[in-house]
Amino acid sequence: MSAKTGLSHKRARGWARIEALTCTVITGAVSRLFASAPVGSQPTNIFAPVSTPADELYHLSLFDLSVCAGIFIVVFILLVYAVMKFRRRADDDGREPPQIYGSDQLELAWTVLPILIVVVLFLTSARVIHTVEDAREPANALRITVVGHRFWWEYRYVQYGFVTADELHVPVSTPRHPWPTFLTLLSADTDHGWWVPRLAGKTDVIPNRVNHTWIDPHRVGLYLGQCSQFCGTAHAMMLIRVYVQTRAQFEAWLKNQQTAAANDPGPAVTAGRRAFESTACINCHTVRGTVADGRFGPDLTHLMSRQTLGSGVIPNTPENLRRWIQGPPAIKPGVEMPPMNLSSRQLNELVAYLETLH
Amino acid sequence: MAPDSMPIARALSLPRSERKPWLEVLHEWVITVDHKKIGVMYVLYGLLFMVAGGIEATLMRIQLAVPEARFVSPQVFNRLFTMHGTTMIFFVAMPILFGFANYLVPLMIGARDMAFPRLNAFSFWMTAFGGLLLYFSYVGGAGVYGAGSAPSFGWWAYAPLTSPAFARGHSTDFWTLALLVSGVGTVGFGVNTVATILCMRCPGMKLTKMPLLVWLNLVMGGMLFFTISPLTAAQLMLMIDRYLGGHFFDTQAGGKATLWMHFFWIFGHPEVYVLIIPAFAFLSEIVPVFSRKAIFGYPIMVAATVGIGFISFGVWAHHLYTIDMPSYGQAFFVGMSLAIAVPTGIKIFNWLATMWGGKIWLATPMLFCVGFLFQFLIAGLTGVILANAPFDWQLGNSYFVVAHFHYVIVGGILFALFGAFYYWFPKVTGRMMDETLGKWHFWLFVIGFHLTFDPMHIAGILGMPRRIWTYQPGHGWAIWNMISTFGVFVQATAILIFVFNLIHSYLQGAQAGDDPWDAWTLEWSTSSPPPPYNFAVIPEVKSRRPLWDLKHPEDPDWQYE
Repeated sequence: MSAKTGLSHKRARGWARIEALTCTVITGAVSRLFASAPVGSQPTNIFAPVSTPADELYHLSLFDLSVCAGIFIVVFILLVYAVMKFRRRADDDGREPPQIYGSDQLELAWTVLPILIVVVLFLTSARVIHTVEDAREPANALRITVVGHRFWWEYRYVQYGFVTADELHVPVSTPRHPWPTFLTLLSADTDHGWWVPRLAGKTDVIPNRVNHTWIDPHRVGLYLGQCSQFCGTAHAMMLIRVYVQTRAQFEAWLKNQQTAAANDPGPAVTAGRRAFESTACINCHTVRGTVADGRFGPDLTHLMSRQTLGSGVIPNTPENLRRWIQGPPAIKPGVEMPPMNLSSRQLNELVAYLETLH
Repeated sequence: MAPDSMPIARALSLPRSERKPWLEVLHEWVITVDHKKIGVMYVLYGLLFMVAGGIEATLMRIQLAVPEARFVSPQVFNRLFTMHGTTMIFFVAMPILFGFANYLVPLMIGARDMAFPRLNAFSFWMTAFGGLLLYFSYVGGAGVYGAGSAPSFGWWAYAPLTSPAFARGHSTDFWTLALLVSGVGTVGFGVNTVATILCMRCPGMKLTKMPLLVWLNLVMGGMLFFTISPLTAAQLMLMIDRYLGGHFFDTQAGGKATLWMHFFWIFGHPEVYVLIIPAFAFLSEIVPVFSRKAIFGYPIMVAATVGIGFISFGVWAHHLYTIDMPSYGQAFFVGMSLAIAVPTGIKIFNWLATMWGGKIWLATPMLFCVGFLFQFLIAGLTGVILANAPFDWQLGNSYFVVAHFHYVIVGGILFALFGAFYYWFPKVTGRMMDETLGKWHFWLFVIGFHLTFDPMHIAGILGMPRRIWTYQPGHGWAIWNMISTFGVFVQATAILIFVFNLIHSYLQGAQAGDDPWDAWTLEWSTSSPPPPYNFAVIPEVKSRRPLWDLKHPEDPDWQYE
């Protein structure tokens, strides 16, 4: 058997060359297909990392993919060759082929070789696990507590004493001015998962458990993600938006968020505010500086500084805000906020008030 | 060699019994303790549920074909994927594989029935009852508004979604009971299989002379004790939480959500091997016969299977890489999960070596086996990739994982099962399955399978999470989802051809004779279908291929083993 199957040394070298070549082609194809595609059309592509944890995984995955592609090609060629070469021919004489029961050398070869490959894969993986999971939190890190709710995200900027929702703002972190963000993940109800593919792998958000993850985005921009652990009816609409800003932009944003809500004394606004504070709104929502201090829903103190509503589901326009207040489940089925059933006038006043929360 | 000159244990030729009234036939099937009838019932029961699970999958794929579709509501969608997963694992894959084992193991070891025929019937009926309980939730699970109908927490049922606060009504209880009850049946089957194999072998059949199918089912049967027990324990704890004020998983009262995850996956991962080992078993019988060669490296194949069985109990936490485990914990499970690739690879190489130098007959059973080898190779390699924790941080819970495990379960297990259907159908019914229809079935299913599941890898890499009811445009996911949905309909067509082939061949197929494939194991020495007592005289064997020895008295196997 071994004489038949064993490749001559020269041929084996040739195969190794073919394998190496195909690996290069595959790696090239992967990066061409995914990484070089316009990022705008693939905003959650894991092969377009912009932050150290995502970057580490990207390089590891290219290595793993190449190794596996190499194995695939070798075994696939053997399979195709066996089926083609040893197919029963039309002019078969009906005699049984020679019976071969096994070969210790071959068994040894295809036990030891895979073990070696596995050891290499294990070591490369272990290195990345250590780099990402055991990263030390520098003293200047931005610390944010993320609280997963059904079906939205609460972000607590613990160092700055304010809370916001659904849209995370973080500073860019460059090698010259590192300013990484370390996130503590908590859940208010069920399991969730915080996953922004271009920044870091996912980390589950589990009730009664404190989890951690970190990001250090190298490039300014908007990065998308969504809840990655099934959490109930509106799980698919629990989106994540991370705004990576320059230092100056971020500090300006921080400053604005730290202030209490603006108090516009205009008559339409006052009526809207009265509507807000005298209906069920305040049971769930906070507007800092007013009597509204509900904690069940997103903090609305700076609602107008956000680009989306309903955890990233629709753009934050006055018209959408109206639709949202009137009937959230029509836009986001399964959302916990009930339809408010307000009169048209009340609705106008309420929207006018909310429009002042910059 | 003509079958009638085969001296081994020919069935007595009894006159065919006359047609009985259907009520009598039904009664006979309901009260039967014959392993063959129970095996057939397991398989038919599984096929029935496969239709249900398949319809659920199709509805989900229609919903996902385009972004922001409103074909079904999210509530319905969440029920669909919960029921699809639960059904396919517990009430399709397991029953069908158990059915084959039930039918084949006694025949292959030269026994007249399982060790405990009544337990066998009891196990089947418990499994059957479990499936009915699960589906009864559709009508019986109603509770307060929005809480009725089938369960909707995914087939892992992660806490605290199963707690009374989030799962009102009784759908969770139906799910729990269904798994508890069918679990009793499963353990009964495991006990029976192990006892049968250890105690009922015919004279001469030492453990080292058993066909590989029997060996692999022995390992699978043994694994069942240890896989099902933690699941059963977890279900009981869940019921205590829900009805007796327990707090095992109730996070609001200090319980641990991760406790459920560990319980579930120490069942869940070995379960994958409980399903794939019988598929390996089919390959280990079909590949040699259709390559006309003895299995290559029999002792290594046995050792690799036993190795897989053991290692499979140490890999469960690779489902939990994203719960923020300590880094050394993750590294341990990376090592274990990678290690299991070694014995699995050994198996693939041995099948290839079996084909090498043979005379491969590409009849439908063998075609499905070649399909298995190709797809299982990819499934294994994406498994190797996913064994690396960092890869999971990105791709865990994404469509890449959906693609990976469907490659294992559909591309691997289901292909091997289809091969087994075409291979043993003549033994069970006495008639051949139609080859032309079989080839159509194979090629359409291959195409449909790849159209459905290959694009999911890409969708996952582009960041699409699983279990989402719909998605926004602009992620680059839409085209891949559209292709997947199209593929489902190609697969469905192939399945229809298969079902038609089953019925058509049962009624009008060519007479098979006792040994249509010129095979070597004991089941082919008795008549097709075998008589209730299997063998008129208990056979005696000297090698792993007793029929080879008979057909080639000049060069019998026992000279070499």
